Parts: sequence; structure tokens; C-alpha cells
Amino acid sequence: MGRYFAIRIGRAALTIVLVVTFAFVVLRLSGDPALMILGPEAPPEVIAAFRKAWGLDDPIWFQYLDYFSAIAKGELGRSMRDGRPAIQLVLERIPATLALTLPAFFFKVALGIPAGIYAALHRGSGIDRAVMMTAVAGFTVPSFVLALLLVLVFAVQLGWLPSGGQDSWRHAILPIVTLSLGGAAVLARFTRSAMLEVLGQPYIRTASAKGVPWRKVVTSHALPNAAIPTVTILGFMVGTLIAGAVVVESVFSWPGVGRLLVVAVANRDLAVVQCILLLVAMTMVTSNLIVDFLYGFLDPRLRAKGAHA
Amino acid sequence: MTDATLKDAGVRRRISLPAIPVSVVLAISWIVAMLVIAALAEKIAPYGYTQLDLRNRLSAPGNVAHWLGTDELGRDVLSRLLVSIRISLLIAFGATAISAVVGTTLGFLAAHFRGVIEQFVLMLTDFQASMPFLIMALAVLAFFGNSLPLLIGLMGMFGWERYARIARGLAISANAQGYAAAVRQLGATPARIYLRHILPNIASTLIVSTTLVFPEVILMESGLSFLGLGVQPPMTSLGNMVGYGREYITRAPWIMLAPATTIVITTLAVSVIGDWLRDRLDPTLQ
Amino acid sequence: MSAPLVEVSSISRSYSMRSGMFGRSTAVHAVDGVSLTIPKGETLGLVGESGSGKSTTGRIVLGLEPPDRGEVRFDGKPTAAPGTQAWRAQRAHMQMIFQDPLGALDRRLPVATQIREPLDIHGVGTPAERAERVRELLRSVELTPAHGARYPGALSGGQRQRIVLARALATRPDFLVCDEPVSALDVSIQAQVVNLLADLQAQLGLTLLFISHDLRVVRQISNVVAVMYLGRIVEIGSADDLFARPEHPYTQALVSASPAPGRRSAGRIVLAGDPPNPAARPQGCAFHPRCPRAIARCATETPVLSAVGGDRQVACHLVTGPQAATLDAA
Repeated sequence: MGRYFAIRIGRAALTIVLVVTFAFVVLRLSGDPALMILGPEAPPEVIAAFRKAWGLDDPIWFQYLDYFSAIAKGELGRSMRDGRPAIQLVLERIPATLALTLPAFFFKVALGIPAGIYAALHRGSGIDRAVMMTAVAGFTVPSFVLALLLVLVFAVQLGWLPSGGQDSWRHAILPIVTLSLGGAAVLARFTRSAMLEVLGQPYIRTASAKGVPWRKVVTSHALPNAAIPTVTILGFMVGTLIAGAVVVESVFSWPGVGRLLVVAVANRDLAVVQCILLLVAMTMVTSNLIVDFLYGFLDPRLRAKGAHA
Repeated sequence: MTDATLKDAGVRRRISLPAIPVSVVLAISWIVAMLVIAALAEKIAPYGYTQLDLRNRLSAPGNVAHWLGTDELGRDVLSRLLVSIRISLLIAFGATAISAVVGTTLGFLAAHFRGVIEQFVLMLTDFQASMPFLIMALAVLAFFGNSLPLLIGLMGMFGWERYARIARGLAISANAQGYAAAVRQLGATPARIYLRHILPNIASTLIVSTTLVFPEVILMESGLSFLGLGVQPPMTSLGNMVGYGREYITRAPWIMLAPATTIVITTLAVSVIGDWLRDRLDPTLQ
Repeated sequence: MSAPLVEVSSISRSYSMRSGMFGRSTAVHAVDGVSLTIPKGETLGLVGESGSGKSTTGRIVLGLEPPDRGEVRFDGKPTAAPGTQAWRAQRAHMQMIFQDPLGALDRRLPVATQIREPLDIHGVGTPAERAERVRELLRSVELTPAHGARYPGALSGGQRQRIVLARALATRPDFLVCDEPVSALDVSIQAQVVNLLADLQAQLGLTLLFISHDLRVVRQISNVVAVMYLGRIVEIGSADDLFARPEHPYTQALVSASPAPGRRSAGRIVLAGDPPNPAARPQGCAFHPRCPRAIARCATETPVLSAVGGDRQVACHLVTGPQAATLDAA
């Protein structure tokens, strides 16, 4: 068991290292950071001083280590737009994003999983077909289209709800609905196929042939086994709580982390972009790690063997 | 010859087509139409896609001069739509091709060399699978700016890990024993084994993956263009048009509806074809 | 007796196996000090049960795996290292016939294309000549061009093995290693395929290393037979002689277990004990735990393969040791 966790933690650390390296490489490859941050009109002495201060004349592996330690200390640069530390900017915006993604997560799960389970248990029925069609719609309709359609219907035509900004709780309704519907569709489809795969296993047939009541077969055998792959996708969704609303926030002008990212990319505000990238990596890695831990408890095969997975 | 011979029914291995469901027929027709449009866009468009018609700004669809209406600069929505389809499909095809080739090659390399190289490739696939692509794409766009080749290359990094996983798994099992080993000991070079034997045998699984990745690429590119970070003007793509149309959603919703509908139907069509292909080609994937 | 085409000198190969995640790794001696010579145009039969190392020996002789120690020489020259260009060129002279013909063929290609493949690989002849050669090969294995157009899935087991044989013979090799080539086939088909093999050998002057656990089949085709147990050769001699008068207790048990017409079933030797496990090799003579006639010496000292008259060699203390004179041979 210990070895399983050790491997997982190792992998998580490795992913973070990879993300940092990725950011470093991309940053260096895209041009001279001094020029990028100071602008091409800056006088040569300023640029030279900057380079010296940031160690840009040192050998590349030295810079890499410097970069690493800076990140570890939380020094992630300052935003070019207003000069404040990037990390401060990002952290400020997190509550706004969570105000959308947390309720949306709740709704996604509450809608999507039961729908998927029901559809799997009543395969071929009208409800199943309805669920599948909605799920396909959720998959093929991108979030910005859905958002705009909702705006068109509810804000423009019917005038019930506002279409942008963050002024009241009513402004949050459409964004949350957009996020929930898309995510619920994905979850429904996924849960349904996980359940179907489990239900097709021989041991399910054996259990019901033994005379176990169907309800018990489902709750004691099918659901726990289908839970395992579902936990993975839930983990992924949790990992995207911070930055999973990029498009939606942009459509609704909601001042969250996603919107900040888009603006920063448009303005090439590299410090902010880098900061968000690392933050997202940390959240993803942490939630994946939690999922792996949960696996270790949920999947008895891993508990017993305690070894390779 | 006294050996019992099997019936000739199984002589040629072929995708038999008993009856194609209506939905699949519709989907295929749509995709064919899209491809034709993509090929002939500029020839069949009634107007140039940047052509301004300032007297007819924001005219509604249904009039003779502009079937789908015009946008805020008087540009014909239909013409812009046709060209957008071409650009979006171009990016999607280019990206899918790059992703498939890169992914399959890395998967084969991992399977062939094992050891350190395999671990390295596995690490990369884990990394790619665990980070949301949109965030990474945005980071690259921020750092590198924007151009069409860059965009295609960037989108080409979408989904490669799926091909790599499949290619590696199937190549390992093919290598372990069976025809790959037999051909190797005939004296074939590794390149020949992979390209002439292993690749054709796993092609159906890879094709199914492609039909899953392709719509996601379209959606991803549309999303980026919608945000103004993908295809840049004067070029136009479906996502781009939706982005423009957003500002005029109150006054002229058709600017946004035409491309949005196209995105949805195209993605749907490819998904339908993909599901059907998966059922036909690879019953083991059920 | 012609010059040896294949000379194997004292090859050994071991693998290390790890038991579980934290277990220690043990060395599995798949092949231990095996020496063989096969004269040109003749057949050496290699017999043994699972785990005896005969398949590994076959692979090493063919050059598919390098031995840890020892050397294989083909036509006087050592075999090249696997994977190199020289090795690939050598493949035109030596080929393997596998146990599972369906696994050895690519399901997606017609069998004629696959027969042609060695010619394509080694660049032999023009396309027209290759097509003619494929037809010729199909004829030689008693199949028609119509068979050639089929896919492997549409052929029977015996037919597939013939295709594999045809493919192996495409580049006119001198040496074939046949690893359990008929074990997966029906008994009635086995005889046909083995006869075909023998005919082809006579026609083409092939040298064969025939590996099998089935004594009847081996007997049919071999000039010389070697018996392997847990990685070592325990007895080797000319085929008829060895089967008529087996000296090593293991060979005696094998021979008594395989029915032959005209011999009474009485006197069947049944071996006790566990089947051989290459990872846990007994001390001394590897066979001694199951040997009905083991003596004290067998548990401590490993017997060496020694000549015992004629062309027979046996590795057994009972036969070659000082006690031999005082014990009856079976």
C-alpha cells in the first residue's frame, strides 16, 4: 500500500516539475523576457540592468534552477498592467470563480449521475433515450454556444435575467446553469457507460441468478464498481474548479480567474498567465492525488495486493 | 486435400454494409457537404468574405441579396460562413492528422524501445492527460502570439496521448508474439514491421479515436477563436464569427446563430459517424 | 556423414525472475551448457517436457536470442548479433517454424502476399519472378493458388502451417528450426505435415532442428535425437537406437509413456514428484528427485554427458559412473 502511494506522489511531483519546465521553456523560447516585459522601446541600459537583475545572462540550467526556486518561494512576477504581484491578482479572483463553479459542480453531480444510472438501469427506454440525447447535445454544443443561446432566450427575448456582470445573485444564474448543463451531460453519459459495463459483467448475472433482489444487486455490486471510474472523472472536474469557467466567465463578463486569464493572454501579461498555469497544475495534481488515494481505499484489489497499479 | 476447409463466406475481410442507419446517412451527407464547401468556399460564395456593403448593414436573413443576412460591417454572413467552414475544417483536419501521427509514433517508439524511452513517453502522456488543454493552449498563445501554422501545431497537440496509449498497448501485444515476431525473424527491418504489419492491424482502433478527437478539436478551436485568441482577423472561422456575433446578439442574432448551428451539427455528425464506426469495426470496444 | 552445418558449443542462457514486488530475484537457467552439432542435410530432434529449455535452445541456435555464454556457428561462421543488418541478411539462410500458425500470420493479408514477403524483404528477383516463386512454393506444400488468395482465417490449421512452411522456404534457406510445429494440429493432420516436411527435406537438402515433446513425431523425422531436462542434455544418440534402447532413466520413462505398436503397455514407468521447475533446480543431477533409481551420488554431483559406445552419450551416474558395471541397464 505504501508503495502505491509513493509512486503516486512521485508522479504528482513529476507532473508539477514538468509544468514548471513547460512554462520555463515556453517563456524562454518565445523571446527575450527582458524585451517582452520591458517593451522594445526601453533603453539598452535598462534592459541590461534587468537582465543582470534577473540573471538572464547566466547559463540556462542556472536560470532554470533560479526559476524553480523563485516559484517555490511564490515569487511569480508582477502583472504588466497594474504592477501588482501576479499571485495577488489571481488569488483575489478565486472567490468569484468558485461562486460559479462550486454550485455548478453540485448541480452537475446531482443531475448527471442519477440520470446516468437511471438510464443504464432502464436501457432502451424512453428516459434512456432522452438522457442520451441530452448527453449528446451537451457534448456537441460548446459552452459558449449554450451560454449565448441562454442569453438569447432568457435575457434578450424574455428579459427575465441579466446577461452580464456580477451585480446581483441573479447574475449568477445563467452562468451556473450553463456550467451545470454541460457538465451534467458529460457525467450522465459517462456514468451510464460505466454502469452498463459493470452490469454486463458475469458476476452481476450470477448474483441475480442466485436470487439476490435486483435492488440489492445494484446497490451492493453494480454501483460500487461503477463508482471507481466515475471517481476519476469527478476528480478531473474538481481539479478544474478554479479555471474551468474560462469561456463562461468571458461570455458573462464575470470577473473570475478565467476571465483574468483571457485578458492576460490577450495582453500578453506573462506573469499572470504563468501564475494561473501553475495554480491550475497544482490543483489538478492535488485532486488527481486525492482520487488516487480514494482508489486505494475503494478498490479492494489495490488494498489487498498493495503493489502495482 | 483431406483437411477440413472453412466456408468461403469468410474469404475477404470487409466491412459488410447491411443497412446504414438513417442518422448515419444524414451525418455522412452533412460531412460530405461540409467538405465540398471547404474545398470550393471561395468559388461558391456570393460575395467576398471581407467585402463591405455598408448600406445593408445588419440586414436580416431571408432577403434576396443576402440569404443569411449581413453583419455589422455589411459583410455577407453566408459568404463568411462558407469561408469559415473551410478554415475551421482545415485546422481541425491538420490538427487531427498531426496529433494522430505524433501520438502513434510516440506510442510505437515506447513499445519498440521499452526502458527509459517508454517511461518518458508514459510520463508525457500522463502529463498531457492531467492538464486541461485549454489552459495550456492559452499559455502557449500568450507566450508565442498567434499565427495560423502555430495554431494548427498547437491544436495538433490535442489528444495525441490517446493515440499514444493505444498504439503502445497494441504494439506491445503484437510484438510479444505472433505475426510481428514471425516477420521480424524473416529478416524485416523494424520500420517494415511497424508500418506494414502492426499499423494496418491497429488502424481501425486509431480511426475510431480520430472520430472522437476530431469534434473536440473543432470545439476547442471554436472556443479559442470565440475568445479572440484563435484565428485572427481578417481570417474568419466559425468560432470567430460567433465571437463577433455576440456583440449583436440583441439586434442581429443571426450573425451568431448561423455559425453556431454549423458547429453543433458538424460535431454531432462526426460523433454519430464515430459511434457507428466503432460498433462496426471494433466490437471489442463495446 | 557430411560436414556440420550447425555447431553449438556449450551455450547457456539464464533469465532473472523476480517473485513479486519485493521478492529477491532468482536466476532461471533456461539453458545450461548445451552443445550440439547438426550435419548438413540431417535432422536433430530435441525432446523434453515444458520447462526443459528446448524452445530457448532453438531460439539461440537460430540466433533470435544471444547466449550468455557459448557460441553458435553456422556454416563455420558465428551467428550475428540479433537486430543487426548482418543478422537480417542471415535470416535468408535460416528460418523458424512456429507452434501456432495462426499467430505467425498476419490476419489482414492474403497468404500469398505473406509467402512473398521474404522475397520482398531480401530483394530477391523481379516482381514477376516472385509471383512465379510463390506459385512454385504453394505447389511444393501441396496447395493451390486459390488457397494463396485466401486470408489466414479462412484456412484450416494444417493449411496454415503449410503456408508458414512455404514462407519459410521462400529464400531457399539451408536450415530450419521447427518449434513444436505440429503440436497444435489434429493428430491425423500431424502425420501429413511431418511427411511433407520430410519430403521437402529430402528434395531440398534441408538441415532441421526439430523440437517437440511428442516422441512419435520426433522419431518419424529425426536422424539424431537429444533429450533435454531442465536446461541440459541428458542423452543424445541416433534416433532408432535411442528409442529402442534408452539408457538414461528419464529417457526410459519418456519412451515407456509413448505408445508404440508392437510393444506391450506393461512396464510403464511413471515418474513421481513435481514437474521440473526451472527456477528451483535441484542440486546435483536435476532429475534425481523423480528418478526411480537415484543413488546417493546423484544428489551431490551433477553428471556429465559422456560417450557410452557408438554415437550415444548419456549424462547419468548410473550409466557412466563406477557403479554402472554392477547395475543392469534397463
